[in-house]
Order: sequence, then C-alpha cells, then structure tokens
Amino acid sequence: MWEALKRLYHRMGSPKWFYEISARWLPWFAIPAALCMIVGTVWGLAFAPADYQQGNSFRIIYIHVPAAILAQSAYAMMAIAGAIFLIWRMKMAAWVAASIAPIGASFCFIALMTGAIWGKPTWGTWWVWDARLTSMLLLLFLYFGVMALQKAMDTEDTAAKAGAILSLVGLVNIPIIKYSVEWWNTLHQPATLKLTEESTMAMDMLIPLLIMIVGFYLLFATLIFMRTRNQVLWHERKKNWVKKLIQAQAER
Amino acid sequence: MFFDSFAEFLAMGKHGFYVWLCYGITALVIIANILAPIRQRKKLIEQQTRLQRREKKNASEA
Repeated sequence: MWEALKRLYHRMGSPKWFYEISARWLPWFAIPAALCMIVGTVWGLAFAPADYQQGNSFRIIYIHVPAAILAQSAYAMMAIAGAIFLIWRMKMAAWVAASIAPIGASFCFIALMTGAIWGKPTWGTWWVWDARLTSMLLLLFLYFGVMALQKAMDTEDTAAKAGAILSLVGLVNIPIIKYSVEWWNTLHQPATLKLTEESTMAMDMLIPLLIMIVGFYLLFATLIFMRTRNQVLWHERKKNWVKKLIQAQAER
Repeated sequence: MFFDSFAEFLAMGKHGFYVWLCYGITALVIIANILAPIRQRKKLIEQQTRLQRREKKNASEA
C-alpha cells in the first residue's frame, strides 16, 4: 500500500505522465459531471417539493450549497498543493495550485451571488455583515490574493512560493467559515448537511442536493485536469515530447 | 413534476426572478470556466506551432 502510494506520488511529479493519463481520465470525469448536474438541476427545480417556509426560493440551495462546499474544499486542496510545492519542490504541485485558484474563486463567487439573491426574498436583504457571509467574502479575496501573487513576482518560482504561503496562511479562514454559524448565530442558518448526524432535510429534497454536490466535484476535477494540462504544455514547451506533440497537432 | 403547469414552473410561486437569476449566473460562470482552458489550449498550440515553423525556417536559411 505504502509503496503503491509512493509510486503514484513520484508519477504525479512527472508532467508527461500526468499529461498522458489525464487525457484518458478526462471523459470519466466530464461525462458523469454533466449527467449529475443535469439530473440534479431538473430534479431540484421541477420535481423536489417546495419548502414549507421559503416556498420555491429554496431551490437555490441546489447550486448555493454545492458551490459553497466546493469553494472551501478547493481552497484546502490549493493550500495542500502549495505545501507540497514548498516542502518537496514538486513543480506539478505548483501548477495544480495555479489551476485550482481561478476555479475555486469562481465557485466562491457563485456561492456569494446565489446567497445574496436568495437572501432578498428570505431575509428581506441582499447583504448583511453576518459572520458566515463576511468570512466567505474574505475567502473570495484570499483567492484573488493568491491568484495575484502566483502571477506577480519576478520569477515563476518565487511567485509560486508566495502564492503557496498566502494560501497556507489563509487556511485559518476555513474553520472560521465552518463554525461561523455556530459561534455567531446571527442570520445565516446552520448547516443543513452534517457528516456525523442525520440531515434535517426531507429525502426527496436531499437526494438531488447530494447528486448536485457529486456533480460539482466531478466538474471541479474536470476543470483542474483541463487547466493543469495547459500548464504542463506551457512549462514543458521546450521539451522534446511537447514539441513532437505540437507538431502532430499542426499536421492534423 | 411538482408544478401543475409550465407557466407555474417558470413563475416559481413569486420567486421566479430570484431562482432563475441564480441558475442563469451559475450557468454563465460554469460555461466560462469550461471555455477558458479550451481557448487557452488552442492559443498555446497555435503559438508554439508558429514558433516551430520560424525555427525551422531559420535553421534552413543558416
């Protein structure tokens, strides 16, 4: 087991190996992602029952919650990739971190926007400086900061290092987001989904939500592959295998 | 189907504006996220192809 993991780790460090294997993996993530998101959306919008308090506006949950979950786990993954780059100097990890940043920021933006739009009919206001909302806004700014640093410095290596360090520092915000609804119980409702307890949601509302979450994760994986493949091509453009690949593409 | 008619489905019981605005924005952001790496890849390959041609030309002239 340990040996297999070690072998996988060393392979992941090889850009060429990643480029080749990801081409085969891509459809296995992209197609189920599309299926899950279509089924989840249709189910959530047209078939799930309305909420007895919020009516039909509750259907926003099917994008709001998956986007918010993903914005946070994407951030954690970006920080872990940054740490791997800092500790073991694995270049692939820096490229993955650079791929994650704009995708995570997009999901964070979706979570904030849909939250604001949902807030209007539910709370009567687009925005309040509630702890959950504020810490999510901070997450968006952390994403922007990391993206700026990843591009800013003189050399790519220092830029990647700076981005990794900020993403690790910003990691303290993740538990703050999670517990904000319990520590400061102001406006945002507590979590609907819990790993350790039974959910408070009815089954016919919950199943489409779970399908959407799976769909968002699969989409996220697909997007990381697409972006990291470009990173590999760019950084390895002077290597022979990429030159041959470009040549083959041009001849087609 | 939860709704009795398509019109009711669109109206979402007075919440149509909020629900459809959310789904619309999300769809746009996701599509942009899919298109961005596709375009980036195309540009990268075109640029590298041009570079290779130029290098070949230079090599044959020298």
